[in-house]
Amino acid sequence: MPEATSNVDGGDGIGDDPDGIGDDPGDDGSGNDSGGNDDGNGVRIDLISGARMEGLTGMEKIRLILDGVRDGNIVILEEGLSPDEESKLIEVTMTEINPDEFSGIEIETYPKSDAGDQTLLDRLMGRESAQKLTVIGPANQLQTLHKDETLISALVSRK
Amino acid sequence: MGLLTNLKDSISKVSDRLFADEEPKRIGIYGPPNAGKTTLANRIARDWTGDAVGPESHVPHETRRARRKEGVEIERNGRTVTIDIVDTPGVTTKVDYKEFLDHDMEKDDAVRRSREATEGVAEAMHWLREDVDGVIYVLDSTTDPFTQVNTMLIGIIESQDLPVLILANKTDLPESNIQRVANAFPQHETIPLSALEGDNMDEVYDKIAEYFG
Ligand SMILES: Nc1nc2c(ncn2[C@@H]2O[C@H](COP(=O)(O)OP(=O)(O)OP(=O)(O)O)[C@@H](O)[C@H]2O)c(=O)[nH]1
Ligand SMILES: [Mg+2]
Repeated sequence: MPEATSNVDGGDGIGDDPDGIGDDPGDDGSGNDSGGNDDGNGVRIDLISGARMEGLTGMEKIRLILDGVRDGNIVILEEGLSPDEESKLIEVTMTEINPDEFSGIEIETYPKSDAGDQTLLDRLMGRESAQKLTVIGPANQLQTLHKDETLISALVSRK
Repeated sequence: MGLLTNLKDSISKVSDRLFADEEPKRIGIYGPPNAGKTTLANRIARDWTGDAVGPESHVPHETRRARRKEGVEIERNGRTVTIDIVDTPGVTTKVDYKEFLDHDMEKDDAVRRSREATEGVAEAMHWLREDVDGVIYVLDSTTDPFTQVNTMLIGIIESQDLPVLILANKTDLPESNIQRVANAFPQHETIPLSALEGDNMDEVYDKIAEYFG
């Protein structure tokens, strides 16, 4: 497990995440490329496309999400996670919760509208036909105000 | 995960289930914290084996280690169905030890409780992917069933093709709303009960035998 404090102090941009988001040396050149928003000026939002996620393994996806969230970012996934990945996300989140430091995640997706439109082969192969927009953030910064089948309304606060 | 690994996994899971008929089925009792999972597990265990599974409490995350009661023999219509029941910690995506401070707990105890809770939930999630043959999903029918945790867990259970029985618990309370639970998961059967009072347990046992026998 990565140390909980790995990214909040240095701002050196040398992370251990394989994704290249946030600490890509070429991404802005402004000097604030630590992947966090520890300058206190705002809350960063990463919108991650389905195409970007497609090339990653389940574990890489989970690291990408949790590294971002632990830096205080809001992560929005265009296509969400498979049930199996969601299950692993909960499991890994649990192992990283740490008193006074990380109290877990808030996650919201639209419910799958119809589980019945999947073929048996899809299910055997673990393929998910339903792709759903998913919002994930630190539990102490993201609060869901309202949720129904067509609208998710959330409040984001700075730490 | 690779396509092939996935396929292999699915096939071995399916065949496990086909050929493991002689073994008692492992039935996981899942659901959000405080829904009444342990109260139900204790009632089932007491009704059929004479002793209990674990302590119940109004403080969330009372169950922090999954507890198993093996070889519970349930008799229905002259037939005996043998199951292992596994009472799991309430599933959540966040645990803040400060919540426990409101329940009159010292910080040390609250921190320990939250650490145990997170370990227990991680373990329960792992088991759900690897080690469970069926699920009893317990909901507190006085609260909104339309939560992210419920949506995700039911999705996870469905994706593994596990048989699942949804129980709308705490029907003895005036705020209980069984229809709201049924509406939230229309693709599954919802059985109302009061695990505390023992109301409607006959139907619960009928359904357990039907689904997991
Ligand atoms: N009124 C009423 N209360 C119930 C019922 N079932 C459980 N309770 C109460 O709800 C509280 C939680 O019950 P538990 O069985 O400990 O709940 P749990 O789901 O195991 O909770 P965790 O282990 O914390 O996830 C306790 O105070 C129980 O007495 C019921 O049918 N009716
Ligand atoms: Mg319990």
